[in-house]
Amino acid sequence: MSAIGIDITGKQFPARAGAPAREIFRDFRLDVAAGEFLVLLGASGLGKTTLLNIIAGLDTDYRGAIRFEGAPPRIAYAFQSPRLLPWRTVLENVALVLPSGAEGREAARAMLADVGLAELADAYPERLSLGQQRRAALARAFVLRPDVLLMDEPFVSLDEASAHRLRDLLRRLIIRHPATVLFVTHDSREAAALASRIVRLEGTPVHIARDIRVDLGAAERGSPARLQAFLVAAGLAEPEALSDEV
Amino acid sequence: MSTASRLMMSALSLLALVLVWQVAAWWAASPLLPGPAAVLAAMMRAAEGGALQRNIAITLARVAASFVIAMLLGSAIGIALGRSPRLNELFGPWVIVLLNLPALVIIILCYVWFGLTEAAAITAVSINKIPNVAVTMREGAAALSRDLDEMARVYRLGRWKLLRHVTLPQLVPFFTASARSGLALTWKIVLVVELLGRSNGVGFELQTAFQMFDVALVLAYALAFTAVVQLIEIGLLQPWERRVNRWRR
Ligand SMILES: Nc1ncnc2c1ncn2[C@@H]1O[C@H](COP(=O)(O)OP(=O)(O)OP(=O)(O)O)[C@@H](O)[C@H]1O
Ligand SMILES: [Mg+2]
Repeated sequence: MSAIGIDITGKQFPARAGAPAREIFRDFRLDVAAGEFLVLLGASGLGKTTLLNIIAGLDTDYRGAIRFEGAPPRIAYAFQSPRLLPWRTVLENVALVLPSGAEGREAARAMLADVGLAELADAYPERLSLGQQRRAALARAFVLRPDVLLMDEPFVSLDEASAHRLRDLLRRLIIRHPATVLFVTHDSREAAALASRIVRLEGTPVHIARDIRVDLGAAERGSPARLQAFLVAAGLAEPEALSDEV
Repeated sequence: MSTASRLMMSALSLLALVLVWQVAAWWAASPLLPGPAAVLAAMMRAAEGGALQRNIAITLARVAASFVIAMLLGSAIGIALGRSPRLNELFGPWVIVLLNLPALVIIILCYVWFGLTEAAAITAVSINKIPNVAVTMREGAAALSRDLDEMARVYRLGRWKLLRHVTLPQLVPFFTASARSGLALTWKIVLVVELLGRSNGVGFELQTAFQMFDVALVLAYALAFTAVVQLIEIGLLQPWERRVNRWRR
């Protein structure tokens, strides 16, 4: 677990064949407390993935700094696409991020069972459905017991039952091994169900449009109607959107 | 098509080729175009004293040595050029020059500079093959997946894990492609090298047979050697390719 100070004074993508230059961030500041579950909401193409890439240290072409409190954290990143190694089995993909050895393989097998992929442990990723590949990628992220967990729309393309199960698993894992989570989604109900804080991003360059603390109990998070009521009160949803939910 | 019926088709096709050959030999009725039976007899004769086997073994050893050297050096050069645009700018043109130098020129230069030695022969064959391998491997190294590389960086896979699980598997198709074309090219050039500057091996025997206009012996050596190369291809290269490709859908 580790607090994160995000301070991006400038980030732009230069003009390339066809695409004009884009300034994504200017004087963007966001402080994430240790153990916070921060959900980022924002329109497509805004810069959410870019932000996670900068935090993960993958994108160093920006001005500013990312500061982690304390020892350098163990970071796990569930990418927007699964990014599994097609030439390794599901089990090998998950065990890959752990030190080699029987212990790592056992931990990987157990985590695969937790995400519901026990039977597919020895299959190759290309023979899995996209939803199954996503779950394998999540197992890889979780098995590391990370201090910082970055998740980029991890539950899209899953049916509601699987998504629900994985949200539960995520909650349990974080209780077992606390982590600071940055979670990108387009689904504001999912945001309310998981978050301790919701940040809504807008504009070019990106600024923080809303910054909402979420203090819901387990019972409220389990009830769609109460989540909806919270979202409406917070201005993150329209009142009538409840109709499609029973 | 099943493996059995595919083998059946290949066998029929080869049989047809032998028939055409037989008919042509009857029609020509000349010692310069011996039929299958005469060639088989020549093969038996060459095999009796062990000369055929010995010469094929010697040639295969040269093929193996220069093939391994060319694959190792060519891969190293290709990966370096594919990973570094700067190196590629500096040395890419060298590879193109080598690629376009006729094999014969390289062979002659090696023999002139290093003498008519085994080392010169192996060097000549390797140098002929290295630029082909380098170009193919460079293509593979330049096309490595950024996504997987980022994944490896986030999860802090060490150098060895990165190489073994992420980088090398992406290069396998390029490696097999150059191994395949490499084997075919190498054994053809080895024959020329033997013909020009060695006193044993299939190439040398072919030259001797040529000087005596012994076409049956030429064909006997050619067929026996081609068969051995095919066996290596089917018995070694193809199973290895299937093994490394078993993850594909
Ligand atoms: N490597 C790149 N080169 C140039 N432009 C880029 C690059 N990566 C992203 N962009 C641009 O930066 C903007 C932000 O991209 P980003 O992927 O961060 O969006 P996002 O908020 O994650 O969107 P989505 O919700 O659709 O995933 C987009 O307009 C995109 O076109
Ligand atoms: Mg994105």
